[in-house]
Amino acid sequence: MGNSSSLLTQYDLEDLQNHCSNLYSQREIIALYERFCQLDRTSKGFISADEFMGVPEFAVNPLCQRLLKMLEGLNFKEFIALLSAFSARATKDDKLKFIFRVYDTDGNGKVTSSDMLQVLRDLSGNFLTDEQRQSVLNQALEQAGYTVDSALTLLDFKQVLGKADLKMDVEVPVD
Amino acid sequence: MEGDQFKGSADGINAGEAGRGICNEVVADFLNTNVEEDSSEAYLDNKMQLRDLLDISQVLSEAGSAIIDDSFTRCFKSNAPEPWNWNIYLFPLWVMGVAVRYLILFPIRVILLALGWIIFLSLFFPLHFALKNHDQLRRQIERGLVEFMCSVFVASWTGVVKYHGPRPSRRTKQVFVANHTSMIDFVILEQMTGFSAIMQKHPGWVGFLQTTVLESLGCIWFNRTEANDRHAVAQKLKNHVNDPDANPLLIFPEGTCVNNEYTVMFKKGAFELDCVVCPIAIKYNKIFVDAFWNSKKQSFTMHLVRLMTSWAVVCDVWYLEPQTIKKGETPIEFSERQQNFSEAVIRRLNATAQNQ
Repeated sequence: MGNSSSLLTQYDLEDLQNHCSNLYSQREIIALYERFCQLDRTSKGFISADEFMGVPEFAVNPLCQRLLKMLEGLNFKEFIALLSAFSARATKDDKLKFIFRVYDTDGNGKVTSSDMLQVLRDLSGNFLTDEQRQSVLNQALEQAGYTVDSALTLLDFKQVLGKADLKMDVEVPVD
Repeated sequence: MEGDQFKGSADGINAGEAGRGICNEVVADFLNTNVEEDSSEAYLDNKMQLRDLLDISQVLSEAGSAIIDDSFTRCFKSNAPEPWNWNIYLFPLWVMGVAVRYLILFPIRVILLALGWIIFLSLFFPLHFALKNHDQLRRQIERGLVEFMCSVFVASWTGVVKYHGPRPSRRTKQVFVANHTSMIDFVILEQMTGFSAIMQKHPGWVGFLQTTVLESLGCIWFNRTEANDRHAVAQKLKNHVNDPDANPLLIFPEGTCVNNEYTVMFKKGAFELDCVVCPIAIKYNKIFVDAFWNSKKQSFTMHLVRLMTSWAVVCDVWYLEPQTIKKGETPIEFSERQQNFSEAVIRRLNATAQNQ
């Protein structure tokens, strides 16, 4: 594959680092760039949906369709900006923002109970019926102080998940 | 309640299961809790449930981890060796090396190979037809001839092969499995013992060889695209393994060539035959040549030419202890166990090679 870091100048690296709020080191960005080029088999400058689905471990993930909508067609700059939530340097806020984005598919800043139901459906599959999921969700919402019709904002998410121990760090393998 | 029902579709890949498992546990607990309990503890417990329901961080990190680096793609990546000829002192030496390899060694090897082929073909085909009715004798001679031809092949790349471990014996109800780096794996193993293998039919001159010569060894063909084929092939495998006259059966359970540093998931076919599985590990020494045949990037002929213009092909073949399926283990679990074992062996060989 050759030395692909030669395609990124120091100026490029600094620009990329800025764009992902310095959550990745320069070496990590180089490694991610190699990975990006490896996934983007036809060198289009972005990774298509089927190239993502060509990674078996990604394709069996229950949330792969949601993540695909967020990830496909992104250029490298946007790609690492999105993935920076997985960096060990990312704050809890960054990770919560990312989780919120996964739920909020239409991007209007509000997560309704039907959004939450859909994610639950992705995760549990045939294990539960829709009625069971709905009832569990409703009870959980009511006990947390929300109603069935309320739409959660990012602030609400921060409140609910604030104390959760989010283990969302993925190490970038650096040679 | 645990993730068993999800194993079917993933066939061994456990990604997503942990995340789903936690979600299902939480939900199932919630459904079983008597919501009318009024104690504050129960209230606090239940309040946390929304947090657990919304916490998809584990599933997300598995997806993120797959995007950033996944073990499947890793198996096909070939690390280009560091160029060592970059300065004024080493470069002329390298040029001399190239001259020796391409202009002296390569022609000698080609001649050697051609001679070997001529001898082989001129003996094989007449014998094949002349001894048509003396099957036992014919098979023995053909086997000997094929072993000879494989030795010629190995010599044509200056193959230095070291065999470790007890040599395979001819017995029923045993099958040999080996990791796969290139088509030459088969040749290297064949040189020592007359195996029959199960292979995909290739086009071109390789295919011709397969149908004429390898037929005599009792090789089994399959066609990946035919769905009915699988049953017919499974039956043929079973028959072969139970036949005391047949050659020992060699299977490459990865089903494809891998870069000799990791292993791809083993296909379970070899492990469903109800026999003892004898693993073989083949480790190539990368210093001399990278023997990984990336069939998407190179044709077999180009691959052979590359091997024949290198200094040598050095490899170690380890015949490992026979393994049997444990009580209560499914064939899929058995194949996973073998894959882990095989990968551990290769990694260990890699580590010792690097330490030398």
